[in-house]
Amino acid sequence: MSTEEIKFSEESLALVKKTIAKYPEGRQKSALLPILHLAQAEFDGWLSVPVMDYVASLLDIQPIEVYEVASFYSMFNLKPVGKCILEVCHTSSCWLRGADDIVDHISNKLNIKVGETTADGMFTLKTVECLGSCGSAPMLMCGSQYHEHLTFEKVDGLIDNLRNENKRTTYLDEVKVENY
Amino acid sequence: MGKKILLEHAEVPGIQGYEVYREKGGYRSVEKALKTMSAEQVVEEVKTSGVRGRGGAGFPAGMKWSFLAKPEGVPRYLVCNADESEPGTFKDRYLMSKIPHLLIEGMITASYALGANTSYIYIRGEYYYLIGILEKAIEEAYANGWLGKNILGTDFSHDLYVHPGAGAYICGEETALLESLEGKRGNPRMKPPFPAVKGLYDCPTVVNNVETIAAVVPIINDGGEAYANIGIGRSTGTKLISASGHIKKPGVYEVEMGLPVEEFIYSDEYCGGILNDKKLKAVVAGGSSVPILPADLILTTANGEPRLMSYESLSDGGFQTGTMLGSGGFIVMDETTNIAKNLYNFTRFYHHESCGQCSPCREGTAWMEKILHKVLAGKGSMEDIDLLWDIQTKIDGNTICPLGEAASWPVASAIRHFRQDFEELVKNPAGLDETRYYYHCNNINPEVA
Ligand SMILES: Cc1cc2nc3c(=O)[nH]c(=O)nc-3n(C[C@H](O)[C@H](O)[C@H](O)COP(=O)(O)O)c2cc1C
Ligand code: FES
Repeated sequence: MSTEEIKFSEESLALVKKTIAKYPEGRQKSALLPILHLAQAEFDGWLSVPVMDYVASLLDIQPIEVYEVASFYSMFNLKPVGKCILEVCHTSSCWLRGADDIVDHISNKLNIKVGETTADGMFTLKTVECLGSCGSAPMLMCGSQYHEHLTFEKVDGLIDNLRNENKRTTYLDEVKVENY
Repeated sequence: MGKKILLEHAEVPGIQGYEVYREKGGYRSVEKALKTMSAEQVVEEVKTSGVRGRGGAGFPAGMKWSFLAKPEGVPRYLVCNADESEPGTFKDRYLMSKIPHLLIEGMITASYALGANTSYIYIRGEYYYLIGILEKAIEEAYANGWLGKNILGTDFSHDLYVHPGAGAYICGEETALLESLEGKRGNPRMKPPFPAVKGLYDCPTVVNNVETIAAVVPIINDGGEAYANIGIGRSTGTKLISASGHIKKPGVYEVEMGLPVEEFIYSDEYCGGILNDKKLKAVVAGGSSVPILPADLILTTANGEPRLMSYESLSDGGFQTGTMLGSGGFIVMDETTNIAKNLYNFTRFYHHESCGQCSPCREGTAWMEKILHKVLAGKGSMEDIDLLWDIQTKIDGNTICPLGEAASWPVASAIRHFRQDFEELVKNPAGLDETRYYYHCNNINPEVA
């Protein structure tokens, strides 16, 4: 992919403009995180070097300023990932309530290890740190949606659903807030 | 029933929307502040209330506000810390999703007091779905004249924006948060200068937690004194506690400061007792960073007094026999929990989340994780326990930001109170599985490798 082929949709470009306007003049770099989120959602779920260079050009900053930021934050993927990333929280409160078993279950079911993607490019399994859902442990996040009070059955149902929908999930997806 | 002043209306149907929120008395604090009080009077009221920062450090909010520098012609900022990444803490998410207008109202009233015409809510990236909820509330506030130019016909104008993070615990530390808001890596800044003098875009800035800002609403509505009458001693008001782990009823509870810990754990109004009626073994009372305490010391102080939910009571006895209220992330562990295993989990977290600026933290957290992994894999020795102790003493106090302490205290307290759990793993290596606990390696780099 060369840089010329990479361009946000008109809709996203309007959002970029609106985002930059939230910050004082000359401080457009502040918009970097939200725009990287937008880019990751629009360009196949990860940030390639050409995509990062494109974001740098939009914000009128150096590419290195984008690389150093993208590599710092754990929500940004710097390599291709599956359509759906199953991000299982494995921090204490979830661990106390069986997070390791959930990780093992997904790993066995999809036949991938943590950090790997299924051969069909559908799922990536990832472990993540506390997502602020400790009271509903164990839990995982897929796209922007939290899946809480997990059991093996719930996980199986979720994986079936995602496979049937066959859509890329992103952090920017709209979410129906369950009864909290 | 304990007194509720933040979550009083959280369960009212439709309270997420403007109409119902307003019907229940919403935005009165903005009316009262802008129409009948000077900015200084609002600050005074917050001082009188005695409310202390709810993000973890417990610094008096009114005092922090009064430190804000006010050079001529320089903008001032209020930034709300909604990064909420301290393991065991989920109260801010609860508050923002249940009753978003309370935070918006608090932001407007607080911004008036500080003379901030622009303010930001920095929210962790994983809460992306909440941004939609907050932005809808903000839109409604604009539409009804609570935000924008010349609010209520006064000369106070205010714009409010939400800014997403992207997965980094360290961005909850206020100066790392400001770096991140400027579009940079979340490396904490050296202090001084403090944000009150040089914060966002080098301008005077106040950073406050979601719950602290929400508390401004009842403080202005009912007066600082009324707020100070709730609670106990210097722990005024109520506190949102996030309860998780081995309890029957995990969730967010608003408790009046001074509630006995025993009542909180065992009464049906709160946690409802230990899951499966097992015995209580340990509690981490204020988020993963605070010292872990064994059952006897969390229920009563070393002097035999009942331990209370308050800053002073929880820290009674110092780090020898006490802990801290912290963020109010209350993690309960039953008798089956091996505390050394739980500590491995915490240590892995701090290693993953260290920003890497300071060598003692970057290297020390890695060593602590490796040593604990070795112990968990059945290959530990007694010397490893002493080595762990030694490493934590060398991180504590030697880093730019308190993440170093946050990583050290759990190690020190776990060894202090639960050395037998480490020894048990060292002595009985059979059954320990080397692969089982080594999940983090893919997460060191943000790419999914
Ligand atoms: C490593 C680290 C993480 C922190 N995370 C948070 C957080 O997620 N939310 C928060 O409000 N404060 C957090 N804090 C505390 C902030 O630095 C700051 O003290 C707080 O936002 C001030 O607000 P308050 O006075 O209203 O509590 C953290 C501090 C450290 C050292
Ligand atoms: S520990 Fe899993 S969400 Fe907090």
